[in-house]
Amino acid sequence: MPTEARATQSTAHPPLDQPVISLRGATASLGSRPVLRGIDLTVRRGEVVALLGANGSGKSTAVRSVVGQVPLSSGELTLFGTDLKRFRDWSRIGYVPQRTTAASGVPATVREVVSSGRLARTRFGLLRKADKAAVAAALAAVGMDAHADAPVSALSGGQHQRVLIARALAVEPELLIMDEPMAGVDLANQEVLADTLRGQVAAGVTVLLVLHELGPLEPLIDRAVVLRDGCVVHDGPPPEAVGQHALPGHDHVHPHAAHDAEPLRTGLLS
Amino acid sequence: MDLLNYAFMQRALIAAVLVGITAPAIGTYLVQRRQAVMGDGIGHVAMTGVALGFLMNTSPVWTATLVAVAGAVGMELIRSRGRTSGDIALAMLFYGGLAGGVMIINLAPGGSTANLTSYLFGSITTVSAADVTAVVILAAFVTAVTLGLRRQLFAVCQDEEFARVTGLPVRALNLLLAVTAAVTVTVAMRIVGLLLVSAMMVIPVAAAQRVTRGFTATLSVAMAIGVLVSLSGTVTTYYLDAPSGGTIVLLAIAVFVTTTALSAPLAKRRANAARSAEAVCTRDDVKV
Repeated sequence: MPTEARATQSTAHPPLDQPVISLRGATASLGSRPVLRGIDLTVRRGEVVALLGANGSGKSTAVRSVVGQVPLSSGELTLFGTDLKRFRDWSRIGYVPQRTTAASGVPATVREVVSSGRLARTRFGLLRKADKAAVAAALAAVGMDAHADAPVSALSGGQHQRVLIARALAVEPELLIMDEPMAGVDLANQEVLADTLRGQVAAGVTVLLVLHELGPLEPLIDRAVVLRDGCVVHDGPPPEAVGQHALPGHDHVHPHAAHDAEPLRTGLLS
Repeated sequence: MDLLNYAFMQRALIAAVLVGITAPAIGTYLVQRRQAVMGDGIGHVAMTGVALGFLMNTSPVWTATLVAVAGAVGMELIRSRGRTSGDIALAMLFYGGLAGGVMIINLAPGGSTANLTSYLFGSITTVSAADVTAVVILAAFVTAVTLGLRRQLFAVCQDEEFARVTGLPVRALNLLLAVTAAVTVTVAMRIVGLLLVSAMMVIPVAAAQRVTRGFTATLSVAMAIGVLVSLSGTVTTYYLDAPSGGTIVLLAIAVFVTTTALSAPLAKRRANAARSAEAVCTRDDVKV
């Protein structure tokens, strides 16, 4: 990914210790059910924070409230130091919603879907040379450049996630927010995604991601926040593997391997 | 081509081309967000507008446009709330619109439901010069929105939540899409009729996506199919003296059957091509 745009932007916002995301005492309900019961979540520039928890613990609601998609019933949220209500700089954020598919009712190519992620940086939706280059770089970052003109309906589950992540990367974000990017992704594709993320982190991108388990991403995670029943029960170094297994409701079959092996840059897919 | 010598045929053919362009253009977005029946609902609601035109003795195209726009905005508000009772609310709107049209037409001086037939099923002989002017203006609006904002509308119809986080004005775009769909209904009303409008929004798109792989390709092929069937349908109608809507829609279905038959051999050819492409990219990977 080209980084000049990001570099100039970060110098334009001097307070480097200022949190990129600051959520204070956040509560939220879905229907009449309280899902967040007063959580605090701070993500600083350059950090990679994993949000962990069992199904129904509120981790997905927490990230959706961070991007303004679930209204908070109380609490405070600032993004890049700006209150959510006044925040307009959406081109600084790349968002990967929880999805199993990138397809819709009409065929679309991988490039078309990824290009839609670039809209925040285009004027009137026109794709200039720099926009096309950013889309191409995003496709390359997830290793989907060879499939750019393939219809998304023909992709495997893991490839769908790679397309959704490329769509978020197309805007060249400073902050990447991902909701369960590893769900339903086989080990080979998980390795590709871990590699993509490593590249982003090296380029200085801040990451908040919801995970069911750390898996091949474990070495990248600076801090883990564990939720249980809408409350933060752990905020610190990533729990030992045991930590997650002990979570209530843990019911996952692990695609073990890989993370003791040295990180593979290429080859797993070839 | 003696039919071109008749002024009414010239008007009908102009209207037909515009229907062929606009209905599949807006239809592509409706199909993309799996809202294919929306055009049908707007068609029902527009009945009230047509009848109001008769009652007030003004052009039914403009009154139908106003009522259809109001109905479409209502439908969009119901959809965006996402309530479970939304289904019922939509049904009320659809049938209320149809029933309102039937009631009001009987209040109009000398009016009866017979007046509505040409609006329900389309008719090439009744397209007036004023209708053509109205249809040209409305079609220009529909084309400007569906082609000019295609990237934004694509994003909104593809993944609404993602589009909101991109900072797009999703609510405004959704309303614009609903208004554009309503306007398209009144563009198509004279030629294909209110009951068959939705068919021209959906069938060319369904036919196109049998053979296309991308969104822009689907949009363009659907519009080409739309123009092809609405023009040939209008000409056929001239010789057969049948309601134009029925002829056009049957032709569209024939194209759908044809592209469906073509899709299997086409998919096979593409799979073979993709396999050889895969081989090339594997070699590249090894070099890195």
